[in-house]
Amino acid sequence: MPKDSSIESVLVIGSGPIVIGQACEFDYSGTQACRVLRSEGIRVILINSNPATIMTDPEFADATYIEPITPEIIEQIIIKEKPTAILATLGGQTALNAAMQLYERGSLERLGVKLIGADIPAIKRGEDRETFKEIVEKIGGSSAKSVICHTMAECIAGAEFLNYPVVVRPSFTMGGLGSGIAYNQSDIELIAGAGLRHSPTTEVLLEESIIGWKEFELEVMRDHKDNVVIVCSIENIDPMGVHTGDSITVAPALTLTDVEYQKLRNLSIDIIREVGVATGGCNIQFAINPSDGRIIVIEMNPRVSRSSALASKATGFPIAKIATKLAIGYTLDEIQNDITKVTPASFEPTLDYIVVKVPRFAFEKFPEADTRLTTTMKSVGEAMAIGRSFAEALQKALRSVEKKGTSFHWNTRGVTKEYLLAAMAIPTEHRLQQVQLALYLGATIEEVYAATKVDTWFLSQIVEINSIAKQITQSTDLSEELLRLAKSNGFSDSQIADLTGKSLAEISAIRTRIGLRPVYKTVDTCAAEFEAHTPYYYSSYDLESEVIPRTKPAVIILGSGPNRIGQGVEFDYSCVHAAFALKAAGFETIMINCNPETVSTDYDTSDRLYFEPLTLEDVLEVIYAEEQAGPVVGVVAQLGGQTPLGLARGLQDAGVKILGTSPDAIDLAEDRGQFGELLRVNSLDAPTFGMADTFEEALKIAHEITYPVLVRPSFVLGGRGMEIVYDDESLADFIKKATEITPNHPVLIDKFLDDAVEIDVDALFDGEELYLAGVMEHIEEAGVHSGDSACVLPSFSIGSALAREIRIATEKLARGIGVRGLINIQFAVVANATAQEKLYVLEANPRASRTVPFVSKATGNPLAKCAALIATGIKISELRAKNLLPKSGDGVANGISVKEAVLPWNRFRRNDGTGVDSILGPEMRSTGEVMGIAGTFGEAYAKSQTAAFGALPMAGSVFLSLSERDKKASLYPAQILSGLGFKLFTTQGTHDFLKQNGVDSELVRKHSQGRGPGGEFTAVDLITEGVVGLVINTPLGRGTRMDGWMIRTAAIQRGVPCITTIAGFKAAVAGISELQGKSFSIRSIQDWLAIVE
Amino acid sequence: MGEQLSKAFLVLDDGTIFEGESWACEGETFGEAVFSTGMTGYQETLTDPSYHKQVVVMTAPHIGNTGMNTTDEESKKIWVSGFVVRNPSPVVSNWRSERTLEDDLKSNGVVGIRGVDTRAITRHLRDLGAMRVGIFSNSGLTREEMVIKVRKTPAMTGAFLSDDVSTDNTYVVPAIGEKKFTVVALDMGIKGATPRAMSQRGIEVHVVPSRTTFEQIVALNPDGVFLSNGPGDPATMTEMILLVRKILSARIPLFGICFGHQIMGRALGFETYKLPFGHRGINQPVKNLKSGRIEITAHNHGFAVAAPVEVNFNTIYGAGFVSHLCLNDGVVEGLELLEAPAFSVQYHPEAAAGPHDASYLFDKFLDLMKDAKVANA
Repeated sequence: MPKDSSIESVLVIGSGPIVIGQACEFDYSGTQACRVLRSEGIRVILINSNPATIMTDPEFADATYIEPITPEIIEQIIIKEKPTAILATLGGQTALNAAMQLYERGSLERLGVKLIGADIPAIKRGEDRETFKEIVEKIGGSSAKSVICHTMAECIAGAEFLNYPVVVRPSFTMGGLGSGIAYNQSDIELIAGAGLRHSPTTEVLLEESIIGWKEFELEVMRDHKDNVVIVCSIENIDPMGVHTGDSITVAPALTLTDVEYQKLRNLSIDIIREVGVATGGCNIQFAINPSDGRIIVIEMNPRVSRSSALASKATGFPIAKIATKLAIGYTLDEIQNDITKVTPASFEPTLDYIVVKVPRFAFEKFPEADTRLTTTMKSVGEAMAIGRSFAEALQKALRSVEKKGTSFHWNTRGVTKEYLLAAMAIPTEHRLQQVQLALYLGATIEEVYAATKVDTWFLSQIVEINSIAKQITQSTDLSEELLRLAKSNGFSDSQIADLTGKSLAEISAIRTRIGLRPVYKTVDTCAAEFEAHTPYYYSSYDLESEVIPRTKPAVIILGSGPNRIGQGVEFDYSCVHAAFALKAAGFETIMINCNPETVSTDYDTSDRLYFEPLTLEDVLEVIYAEEQAGPVVGVVAQLGGQTPLGLARGLQDAGVKILGTSPDAIDLAEDRGQFGELLRVNSLDAPTFGMADTFEEALKIAHEITYPVLVRPSFVLGGRGMEIVYDDESLADFIKKATEITPNHPVLIDKFLDDAVEIDVDALFDGEELYLAGVMEHIEEAGVHSGDSACVLPSFSIGSALAREIRIATEKLARGIGVRGLINIQFAVVANATAQEKLYVLEANPRASRTVPFVSKATGNPLAKCAALIATGIKISELRAKNLLPKSGDGVANGISVKEAVLPWNRFRRNDGTGVDSILGPEMRSTGEVMGIAGTFGEAYAKSQTAAFGALPMAGSVFLSLSERDKKASLYPAQILSGLGFKLFTTQGTHDFLKQNGVDSELVRKHSQGRGPGGEFTAVDLITEGVVGLVINTPLGRGTRMDGWMIRTAAIQRGVPCITTIAGFKAAVAGISELQGKSFSIRSIQDWLAIVE
Repeated sequence: MGEQLSKAFLVLDDGTIFEGESWACEGETFGEAVFSTGMTGYQETLTDPSYHKQVVVMTAPHIGNTGMNTTDEESKKIWVSGFVVRNPSPVVSNWRSERTLEDDLKSNGVVGIRGVDTRAITRHLRDLGAMRVGIFSNSGLTREEMVIKVRKTPAMTGAFLSDDVSTDNTYVVPAIGEKKFTVVALDMGIKGATPRAMSQRGIEVHVVPSRTTFEQIVALNPDGVFLSNGPGDPATMTEMILLVRKILSARIPLFGICFGHQIMGRALGFETYKLPFGHRGINQPVKNLKSGRIEITAHNHGFAVAAPVEVNFNTIYGAGFVSHLCLNDGVVEGLELLEAPAFSVQYHPEAAAGPHDASYLFDKFLDLMKDAKVANA
């Protein structure tokens, strides 16, 4: 049956901000969904609070609501837009939960709208653990023995029944949030306690431990005629015990016979049928006992998932796209396979290559956090690589992660086999490297297997890699045969250089001389059985290359690699825009990237896709191959963040043309000396700074420029290791730490502009004209990393004189640096005693910034597209003529847009199991962002808070505990709160201060004082018992003071909004007063932009 | 990397030569070059008699990871005449494994080649069709000599191979549980999974040599007759085709798989033809034209039946229709008679290796025999 013609319009629910466990894979799936629906002539209505997504670009839907994903707002949208159906299976757990809430409120029935994809009973059957276990039993499968618990007492009894260790899994959470492994009763109290709180149904499941079993996933699709196909099998190299999102995984499964694989396949098919996922994709996880093959069904997700994105990229079978087509009535045999063009989608992809995915972690951002990998996902991104053998794919994937120490090395100094064998028994992000080095040091496969339960097949492959490394170290001259063997096993030139003691240049010279280069093979879904029409390539050191010749001039776009804190979906957004714009401008677009979660690695995005690591060697090889295929205009490196920017110099040195801003200009902006000179010449001010080699010197500089100062090791970027220091003592502390991490590197000391307002500017420059796209004002004071700070566009406290000054400064810097494309500048504004505002330049980045998508959404101008076109020589005046930019003037935002950062505190715990502190600082720690747009600042801010953390309370109680220096500034918002009818709870100092100023509050005990004689609550009790709906706690500096830390972690664990800055407090109060007694107003982005016209 | 591997050559009929390393047995071997796209099931493939006289290129790069075990054997020996693998596994990792792949290949005398670009070979065969091939290791021949030697070997078209693979003596696979029916299975290269699938359904299977006569079959008083898979060109099976016509006339329920399906097609009067590069894999979409449902199925065929798809056809046994179609290329995958108890499929409902989506066909055979029994009672 073809399309269901009764579906005229569909509301697509997105997944909201990027958080750990729910990343940009849902932008990929949602974007595909929107594209499919529109191409079928269906009106698309979209809700997603995340502005950094492609799917929320106005051209991807008919009505795009960048609004908090709450049932109240979705109801309003349904009433206004009257969609025929809701598609909630492509927006991760967020969308699925929203659909459940709508159902529970009776909204679906009341408003006459149906769910397509999975219906409510199917979602319940798939997600409710007890029901799911019954289904597994019914179809003849088995589950781990388990107990469902709703209270702590049940948990303790349950664990005793199952025997420790037990796995704790809360219901209806994603990414394993709140789950963990409990070895004893105190573990249970801690983990199950958190699990009960995180589960929306206050339900956790305790399970017998199957730690160390082999772990597999199957991606399954079903259409409404009950045709079922398995798209992909995935095997986890890390066995059970590590969340699949944190595991190194491989596709296809490599250690199963057909008999065992078919058992998993049959179980999967029976499960999807019995759960009743009507149409679309789901993923099912299995554990297999390695000693006897006993199979346990772990869980299913009745929706498109992170694994679906991986499976789509791994096979070339676009799961989300096909799931959408199935949801609107098509059957699998009616859908064409995009890649072969002749065969239908009703088949099972077969791979003639190996895919490896490696997660990327960010523990360095959370030094307090426990680095053990458990069943709670902690990785922030992933890289995927494809090779013609496991070794090739694995080594490519490891270097794609782009993190020091991730690629294998053979330097055994300081480690012993015994140490490594002991260390690897506890899974951490370094386990595979420990395994590899231990094997190199002579550990046997059996020893390593005993410590890790990593399948011996994978271990044997690592042994082969090590043996090649050994041959290289032992060979006097690197024979062509050995070099070829190493390359085909995934060794990079730099690994070979390290092993031989030769330089990188020498190795690549040898390769060039003997003509040893990779070939490029096609991902074609069918192992070459049919001809592929989609140029989706990966490199391999093999015989035959499949790159097809072309005549159109090509532009190569470098993506941003795995998501990490500081480099996320925002940069992929810009790269995708470049691909669209350059394609429209008549170029052949070629994308290089290795992040499977993204839209940029969708084979539909660019004309050609190379799924390759973003290292100089790998990128140069792609460029070489493409130069053989046809004319190459150059490379766009300014849109993918720091990763491609870091490659620009090397590419230019190798003779590659960098389009847009030149590597020299990039260096100028990054070099403090040159940049300081540029500021001086242009009479621009920067905070005074100095560099110190010793503590004495640092002390001297600090005294000269006066505290507070911002200190950081000189070589890092992105706020790594930065701290604000207020006195000699903490400076000494910092220097001690800093010199530990960077021996022989000086420390940079900047004057910290206390209480300054920070301004972020995004602008375009073509060499002649400047287009000021947006001037954003940070809500948090300077000192909070710009990526973690909320900001508002347009800025509200900048007068016209200052605005002019900012524009002039931006133009001077853009011109002085030599920008051709985007530039982002951070300014600080300090109001001095004479009320004169003074502008300081904090830093300038001649590249696309994190805020490009936000500014593009708020102003309706496609900045990244413009930047890509400027890079090819098009002028801003031409962009104005093409309506890509306004006819005249700078960017104008209609409405007020607030961007808020989302932080992953609830994912991390300290070694003792308690939460990590949640104070914002100069080091960026947010994983994603949301946007709130409204007519007033208060409403826009309240929307952003609701989208990021949950609704602000409109009545009830608020807890206030303020540092001494913040007390004065907090008086006014506290008065307002009190006036709005809120009850205030305060600790002693805050209490006294407010009392002196005539504001009533109830004094509560500090946590350190314990409960009172009559059981009076402490501040922490107030939060954990749910008495207060909002916590305002401003700490001083970064030193963790016990009381504040306990308060903040309690708020995070309980899910109570917790504001840690005075500016945030003021903004929240503005939001509450704006909204009290009424609901949010909603308006689509298309409507907002129409006002601008 | 311990032992030094010696060079080996994969030499195609059209003169193309791929260079790799010798693996398993050294020496020379010849056959028809075909590729198989299954990612699991190399053991079942190797022991499937249908691969007799074929040199199989595995498109999956890593082969041998799970070793070999006795229970997954489809027959008592490895039939392929040569085995082409990119990365054979250095170790075996599976709780059921008993032996390594390379040891089994060696004990079966199979010449292999490793370290070749199997994707390049596959693309070559896809574009130019299945062709004669030789693997040479340690041969001392020049490239020209190797190509000439390959060109002197017989082609698959016109090959009669049933006698090579058929059982010499009848054997019985007993029914599991209560015995419901007796089936005579004509062995033209039968896979173990087929009698297994029938015995699980209460069928006692008498596997008989392919040269068994109609009278001998009738003497066993079967409820049904099964035509097995097997190697070779169906056009050479003249005697078997005559036998099948007698069975059809006698209205004994008949079920054919793969080669058996091609023979039934010829018995009905259709032509068979050689596909350019065949279907070999376990991911092939087949549409059941009666139910409209899609089955993901295991295929291993180089020939196919030419029959009209759009309309019912007439035969001397009454009307019939094409019951199944391959969605990749529209090849006829199933035949069914409306007025006689007979049907056949080109693919492998017994799977092994492959998905179990089509196992309902054995139940259909059971129903056919049930109905015949009722009608005769």
